[in-house]
Formats: sequence, structure tokens, C-alpha cells
Amino acid sequence: MARWRQRLLSSACSSSSSSAAAPQALLRLASSALSRQSSSRGFAAAPDDTTPFVVDIPVPYAGHRCDPPEQRVETSAKELVDFFKVMYVMRRMEIAADSLYKAKFIRGFCHLYDGQEAVCVGMEAALTKEDAIITAYRDHCTHIGRGGTVLEVMAELMGRKSGCSLGKGGSMHMYNKEGNFYGGNGIVGAQTALGAGLAFAQKYNKQNAVSLALYGDGAANQGQLFEAMNISALWDLPVIFVCENNHYGMGTAEWRSAKSPEYYKRGDYVPGLKIDGMDVLAVKQGVRFAKEHALTKGPIVLEMDTYRYHGHSMSDPGSTYRTREEISGVRQERDPIERVRKLLLAKEIVTVADLKNLEKQAKAEVDEAVNQAKEGGQPETHELFTHVHVKGLKQLAYGPDRKEVIVPLP
Amino acid sequence: MAAAGAALAPGIENRLLSPPNAGRIRCSSSAVPARGALVVRGAALSEESRKNRSSALKAVAVKGEAPNLTTAKSGHEILLFDALREGLEEEMARDPTVCVIGEDVGHYGGSYKVTKGLAEKFGDLRVLDTPICENSFTGMGIGAAMTGLRTVVEGMNMGFLLLAYNQISNNAGMLHYTSGGQFKIPIVIRGPGGVGKQLGAEHSQRLESYFQSVPGLQMVACSTPYNAKGLMKAAIRSDNPVILYEHVLLYNLKERIPDEEYVLCLEEAELVRPGKDVTILTYSRMRHFVLQAAKTLVERGYDPEIIDIRSLKPFDLFTIGNSIKKTHKVLIVEECMRTGGIGASLRAAIVDNFWDFLDGRPECLSSQDVPTPYAATLEDATVVQPAQIVVKVEQMCQGLV
Repeated sequence: MARWRQRLLSSACSSSSSSAAAPQALLRLASSALSRQSSSRGFAAAPDDTTPFVVDIPVPYAGHRCDPPEQRVETSAKELVDFFKVMYVMRRMEIAADSLYKAKFIRGFCHLYDGQEAVCVGMEAALTKEDAIITAYRDHCTHIGRGGTVLEVMAELMGRKSGCSLGKGGSMHMYNKEGNFYGGNGIVGAQTALGAGLAFAQKYNKQNAVSLALYGDGAANQGQLFEAMNISALWDLPVIFVCENNHYGMGTAEWRSAKSPEYYKRGDYVPGLKIDGMDVLAVKQGVRFAKEHALTKGPIVLEMDTYRYHGHSMSDPGSTYRTREEISGVRQERDPIERVRKLLLAKEIVTVADLKNLEKQAKAEVDEAVNQAKEGGQPETHELFTHVHVKGLKQLAYGPDRKEVIVPLP
Repeated sequence: MAAAGAALAPGIENRLLSPPNAGRIRCSSSAVPARGALVVRGAALSEESRKNRSSALKAVAVKGEAPNLTTAKSGHEILLFDALREGLEEEMARDPTVCVIGEDVGHYGGSYKVTKGLAEKFGDLRVLDTPICENSFTGMGIGAAMTGLRTVVEGMNMGFLLLAYNQISNNAGMLHYTSGGQFKIPIVIRGPGGVGKQLGAEHSQRLESYFQSVPGLQMVACSTPYNAKGLMKAAIRSDNPVILYEHVLLYNLKERIPDEEYVLCLEEAELVRPGKDVTILTYSRMRHFVLQAAKTLVERGYDPEIIDIRSLKPFDLFTIGNSIKKTHKVLIVEECMRTGGIGASLRAAIVDNFWDFLDGRPECLSSQDVPTPYAATLEDATVVQPAQIVVKVEQMCQGLV
């Protein structure tokens, strides 16, 4: 067990490297790359420079029935700065949600994504808006990645009518039709079958796009996931099953719930790839590889080795089943935003002051969205009955006491 | 109306008296709209009221030329499973986004032949044979429906769809609401249910009672080839998730249906036989038992008004209410179990809305609250039989209940 916790901190797929290897290695590689390039390019790149350069991916991929992609990925200064910006906004948004929950503006269930930002941001870098994404209930940041705004996320969390689901969905039901984001699903594992359906529709309509069905390490033991994998493999559906392995299914650690916690191998006949989910560039490369695979050869399982700093939800302190040292250890060694920050500074794309500015902007953006959302109104009473059915239904619906609100359903 | 002794619905054999014949119930010719009718909508009238043809014509919305009554019978005779297949085929030909998903629907042709020949005509992708995984292929159908495909998910037996309850309840029924109206789920979930001929408890489920309280779902039950085809087409064209309940024992029902295309209204009930003594509300297989009982009742001088409610969710309270206002007595005959069945909800709706028009409590004949036994005599005792319907109506009309 102690070995397992050490593995979390080291983030190595093989157990050989020691705990502090990754960021130092990254710095060394980055600085050597910089010294190689500085001669050809002169001074460091500007933050909006789109000239591509190559970065090494320190943590090796692990493949199951497939050859993993290269351990290096092309990126640009602009892309890295964008990664930093959006991940920082997501981080601030989740922290704001934490305080809003404690102040009782947000009620019910609130599952926070901080620590896992690299997964959804890296995915988006490899996908287009034609590709479809469906995920479970830890969906606030995925919604942002698909084109949602912080305002509609905050308003939805607070149950206001300006929310993305008009206040009727809540934390676990955020959807974005234009962004091809299909939610936001409360029941663990059910979204994998829906994801197979999205891929089926893409194949039916002959679209050159893929569907990503995200699920967690807890959901990886659901039967319907294996049913979905079977039918996807059988009909070559362009679906990518992405297991966001944050190592805890609520309070149960992965080694206590899965006989085989190597989730990228659980597809058996479906090939798999294990990716360091705290490295946004590794995620980008892995998802690009997976998209190619899904479009040409059939479904593939990706395991994102990631971590959540908060507990499972706001009602879970997150420290009864893991130590605070572990949490802070991962935060120090593997934090996705810190990684990008170090890379940006090492490549001299931005200065420390620039980053501070970006952080301030992000904080302001989130605070502004929170204030605006707080001012938003509650949904009207008649909204109770809208959107139950689509149209054409002749039905009278009553309020709870059968007298107060009588509405003919549209 | 039909005089005493007139054949109400000729050809219906009493299952108890005739030799066991694998549950074949034949019902010959019923509603044939006037020639020239292009689209027939609204409450369909059955054979009995063809005797009042002029009033029948007035009651049915007719488009096109005036009816030509001198020609021979129009339309074609068809069995119920074939009528479903016809409706499905027409919709698949009309709209390329309609596809069927289910076990053995493709190459095998469907275990009840509802999808026979469709895979050859439309291809394997549109008539998809799935492995045995109800939960995930129903979920798959719902996911595909979210993108705009109009999927028809077949449960080989309705009871198997209990495995997909989560998908049907949370993702089909509620998703339009929880997404704030962003996603529609134009899915049709259909399959045979109800008590069959000694199929055993697990294959004799009546799922309408389980799904009826899921908000967002619409439920219809077909009972004749005419309404089977019309409801199938309407369900596919609807943007709401619709559950179409068929009955295992009704697939070989034969009837003459129009050649012209027609689509029925999903939310409307069917007036099967007008009357004035008592309103009998029924659906699916019990409709035929009620008609059989009505034969006896008419001979004994009673005049029941029989309504096939067809729409299980929402109830067509307009048609039902007008009937209750006329007769002041209502009997519900259903195949659901007593507890929490369609009859229970319908009774509550009637009491809420038409209390002032009732002479007595709304009566309900339903199946017993037991798992359906295998033995033939026990199975017959589980469901409502025509003789019980006769007795109950007599009691109601004589003021004994």
C-alpha cells in the first residue's frame, strides 16, 4: 500500500523513477531545448507566437495491444499560454464553487474537478467541435472546455435561470448542444452506453468525428461499460473510452475496488493507452493518437492517471481515506498548472509578472461571473412544467397541492 | 346501437371455451374510413358504428373527395405484427434517420416478425442486431437520439427492459428537462409485454405500471392492427420518448386496414362502442375480453360504452370525461396488477376530475398481485376474465356495488 501511494506521487507508469524526478527532468529538457533553439531563433518567443516547437513528454506512455505514440509533442507558445489561462480559470472556478457551497449558495451535490484540469484541456487541444464528449457528474470544467462560460456554470450551480440548463439541472446536469457536449450524467457508468450511441450516430451519418465517453475509476467496474465496449468493438464505432483515474471511487481506493486497477487494459480486446493525466501536453498527444485510432481501427480505451485535490464531493472532506501529505505531495510534484508555468518560464515565453497578470485576470473573470450569477433570478414557477415534453401534448399539469398552479403543457 | 343478439365483434373466440389454439384471437374487419380519405386522424370508430355510417363520417376528419360507397371493400387484411411492420417500414422509407436497434431484429427478422425483411431492405446499420445487453443498447439508442437519430429500440420482451430502467427513466424521460430543453430524445421503445400463454412469471410483466410515473415519457398501448400501425407511425414522428406497448398474444390479430397512409394521435382514446349504461375503460388485450363480455351484456339488455384508452400516459381525460358525464358509472378493466397499475392512476384521475358526475366509486378489475404462475388454470385466475367483467357490470348497473 505504501508503494501504491508512492506511485501516486511519482506519477511514473513504471516503478523505477523516484518521486522528484518528473519536474526536474522537465526543466532540464526544457532548458536544453531552449539552449538549442535560442541560437536559431534569437530571443525567447512571444506569448502569441504560433511557431511550433517540440516538447518531450517525461512520463512514458503504456500501451495495451497498441504501440504508444511518440514521447514528444508539438506545441506553440500561444497554445501553452492558452493552456495556462484556461486551466487557471477552471481552477479558480472550482475554488469559488467550494466557497459558494460552504456559504450555501450551492446546494445538493457538488463534485469539483481541481487537479484534473489537464485532462479536459489537453483533450480539447486534440479535438474539434464536431467531436462529441460525454462525461459523468464531475463536469463543470468539461463544460467550459466545450465552449461554456463560467457565468452559465455558476448560475446553474446556484439554480438560477441564467444557468446552462435554466437552473433545472444543477451541478450534475450541464449540457452544451452547440459544443457537442452531452452532459453531465448523475448515474455512474450510464454515460458510457450513451457515448456508444453518440459514436453510432456519427458512424450512421458518416461524420469524420469521434465520441469520447469519460468515466472514472469507480465506474470502470460497471457492467454496462463492458457492454458498451463490446458493442463498440463489434461495430467499429468511433468511440474513445476515457477513464479519468483519480485513484479513488469516492472513498474507496482503486486497489480496494478493482481486481485489476490497470484500467487501460480492462478493455481486453479493445486496445488501451495509459497517459499521465497531469501533463496537458501528454494528454493532447494521447488523445490525438486515440482519435486517429478510433477513426481508422475502432474503439480505444485511454486511462488518464490524474488526481483530485478535493474530496469526491463537497460533503466528503477527502481526508478520511487518504493523507494530507499525499494530497499536498501530488500538488507539489505533479500539479498540472505548475507544470505549464515552469515550462512557460523555462522557455521565457512569459515573465513571472506576466503570469501574475494572467492569474489576476482569471480571478477577476471568475469573481465577475460569480457576482453576475448571484444577481440572476430564480426560475419562474411555470418553468416547473416546461421542457418535460417537447410539444404536441394535451395535458393539464398541477402544482404539488393540485390547486395552486394549473398549467396546460405546451 | 347494435340490437340484442347482433354480432358485436364476430369471430372472437372465447379462449376458455374453444380448444387451446396458441392464443389465436381473430377479429374481423373494423374501422374502414371512407374511400378517398387521405389522412384519418382523431378517435377511430370500430365496426359496430359502421351501421351509423353518416354519423361516423361526420365524426372522423376526412380529407379528399367525397366517399364512394358503391365500390367493394377497400383496404387490405393484415395481421397485427405485419401492421406494425408496415408502419415501421413506411417511416423508415420516409425518413432516413429512423433506425431499429434490438436483439434479433435484423437477420432473424424479429422474434415476433415485426422487423421481418427490413434488414434486407435498409441494411445492417439501420436495422441493428445487438448482443444481449439491454442496458447498454437502450442507452446507445438514447445517445443516438440525442444527436437527432430517430431510434426504435425493441425489447424482445418488455420485461427485459427492466435492465434498462435507469436509461429509460433518467436518460430518456428526464434528459430534455435536465438539459433545459437543449436535447430532444425522439426515441420509440417498443416490445411485447403482458401475460402470455404460460410463459412464466418473468416473461409476463406489465411494464406500464413501472414506467408510468417517470416524468417526460409518453406511453401508448396498441390493441388492433389499425391502431398498431397508426400509433407506430405517430410514435416515430413524435419528438418525445414514447413507449409503445404491444401484447404477446395479439400479434396474430387480423383486421382490414386502409391502403392509404394514416397516422393516429398519440394522446387520444378510441371509442370502440358507444353506449349509455356504463363506461368501460380498457386497453391492449383486455379490450378484446371486454368486447367478448359486451356480447353477453348486450344480450342481457345492457348498453356499455367501451373506450380503448390507448394513451396510457397522458390519459385522454377529454374522451373519458365526456363518457362519464353520460353514463355516470365507470369500470376500468386492465391487465396490470392491482397495486400501482394504470387502473390505480386512472381511478385517481377520474376521482379528481369527474367526482361530481359519478354515481358510485370508479371500479377497477385488474390482475392479482402475484407473480404470474405457470399452470394454465392459475394463470387464467391471475388475469381478468370476460365472465368477471359481465358480473361486475351487472352489479354496477343494478346498484349492488
